[in-house]
Amino acid sequence: MNKAEKALYELNEMDELANGNSLIHHFSALIKLLVTIIYILTVMSFDRYNLSGLIIMAIYPYVLFQISGLSFTGCLYKLRFVLPLVLAIGIFNPLFDRHVFVVLAGIPVTYGWISFFTIAVKGILAISASYLLMATTKIDAICKAMRKLHIPSIITILLLLTYRYVSLMVEEVSVMTNAYHLRAPDQKGIHYTAWGSFLGQLLLRSMDRAKELYNAMMLRGYQGEFYYVDDQPVGLKDIMYFLIWIILFWLCRSVNVVQWIGSMFVR
Amino acid sequence: MIEFKEVSFQYSSERKVIDHVSFHIEKGESVGLIGANGAGKSTVMKLLLGLLEGEGEIRISDIPVNRKNLSAIRKICGFVLQNADDQMFMPTVYEDMIFGPRNYGLSKEETEKKIDEILRLLDIQDLKHRYNHKLSGGEKRMTAIATVLAMEPQILLMDEPTAALDPYNRRMVINIINKLPQTKIITSHDLDMILDTCDRVILLGNGKIVADGKCQDILSNQKLLEENRLELPLSFMYQKEKELL
Ligand SMILES: Nc1ncnc2c1ncn2[C@@H]1O[C@H](COP(=O)(O)OP(=O)(O)OP(=O)(O)O)[C@@H](O)[C@H]1O
Ligand SMILES: [Mg+2]
Repeated sequence: MNKAEKALYELNEMDELANGNSLIHHFSALIKLLVTIIYILTVMSFDRYNLSGLIIMAIYPYVLFQISGLSFTGCLYKLRFVLPLVLAIGIFNPLFDRHVFVVLAGIPVTYGWISFFTIAVKGILAISASYLLMATTKIDAICKAMRKLHIPSIITILLLLTYRYVSLMVEEVSVMTNAYHLRAPDQKGIHYTAWGSFLGQLLLRSMDRAKELYNAMMLRGYQGEFYYVDDQPVGLKDIMYFLIWIILFWLCRSVNVVQWIGSMFVR
Repeated sequence: MIEFKEVSFQYSSERKVIDHVSFHIEKGESVGLIGANGAGKSTVMKLLLGLLEGEGEIRISDIPVNRKNLSAIRKICGFVLQNADDQMFMPTVYEDMIFGPRNYGLSKEETEKKIDEILRLLDIQDLKHRYNHKLSGGEKRMTAIATVLAMEPQILLMDEPTAALDPYNRRMVINIINKLPQTKIITSHDLDMILDTCDRVILLGNGKIVADGKCQDILSNQKLLEENRLELPLSFMYQKEKELL
């Protein structure tokens, strides 16, 4: 397998995960989408120095990983390209914000560091929540749920096609890399003189294929709506799921649980 | 049923890929569309489906093929693409098969029943819950045919339906094509398959119709075929050898 094939394999694995059969998989897509959005908004709303309050929000991904049987390390592995970006967002905070917050074992911890960690944790939580949504819900079901929330169909089509387009593109990379290496057996990577044409070809080929694929969808009656996705009526268990999480999020947001527990011991 | 009147088409301005082509296909006919690589066979199919727009007039069941009627046309026509990879876009075979029928408003139960029937017909029940990206080329081709049959089209367009199939599956597809009562247009370089499935053949060469007539007549005309970079089907070749002996 070349690198692209591995990447493709990972991408396709998301589809397989989404086809799983855990309790979480059976909740209505609409509810899961709503909970995810509210979770991310709640996480984002924490103050940038409120690291101790934020930490408790990890309960949501923790519980979901447990119930769905998905592996957290698997998630980190899949997201290994995104995580550095998340860390990079707050990277300069420690340089600019040097007021000392607390001195721990002789090492001064500045507000800058606190806010850096807060941003990083926010990023990781938000990303793992999105990952959990994607790994427990089929993309078409997510799109259908978005349509129910009256998100314009152009956006859901774009989302769906991007999702499919990425794997097409990776597939083309893999085919082309193989074709290249079969004719340049002793070479590591792709020689820089071929980069231009390689990239050009890649774009043309994946555009062609995306067009064919879109045609294939149109030919089988696709017109921007998701009739082919089973309706998942929102039942009592979905409402319970929704309420439990919303109340928990609200509690975590309004009470600093870590501080609260801490204060019990101090007293 | 299908009417092609003086149709021309070009991808770029230099060369007409389809050049004033006219033909008429009756309901229930099976027509083989043959010709060398690049003769324009796939292009004719795409024109029929309104995926490409050319000059001239195309009508299907008396509906003119134009932008306004696309969804009506596509409801009537099922198209098996030359490249099965492009045909399958859902994660699993099952999801791919329900896509068309559900989009056209069939209920879940009806759809389920229908796809089970078709999977049985094609003898690929074991592929139902497999992932598309883990199928072999031939398995993909069989499931691609299944997805199209699931829509119960009145007209079947098949672009190289037996490419990449092993002899067993090839024979299976031939038998199924023969069982289907629909109007069919089939392109292939597998002339024996065309001989087994079609009554009529249209031979394309350089974007023009070179010959149009009975399957037996055209496919036994060695000179005509060889001028168009094709060969006599094997069955005719044996016949000829026997006559020589
Ligand atoms: N997207 C395109 N852009 C430009 N030219 C094209 C395109 N697709 C096909 N052609 C050209 O149009 C001509 C007819 O192509 P078409 O695909 O219809 O051939 P075909 O008869 O189906 O051949 P094959 O047996 O190889 O499938 C070819 O000369 C081809 O080079
Ligand atoms: Mg072709």
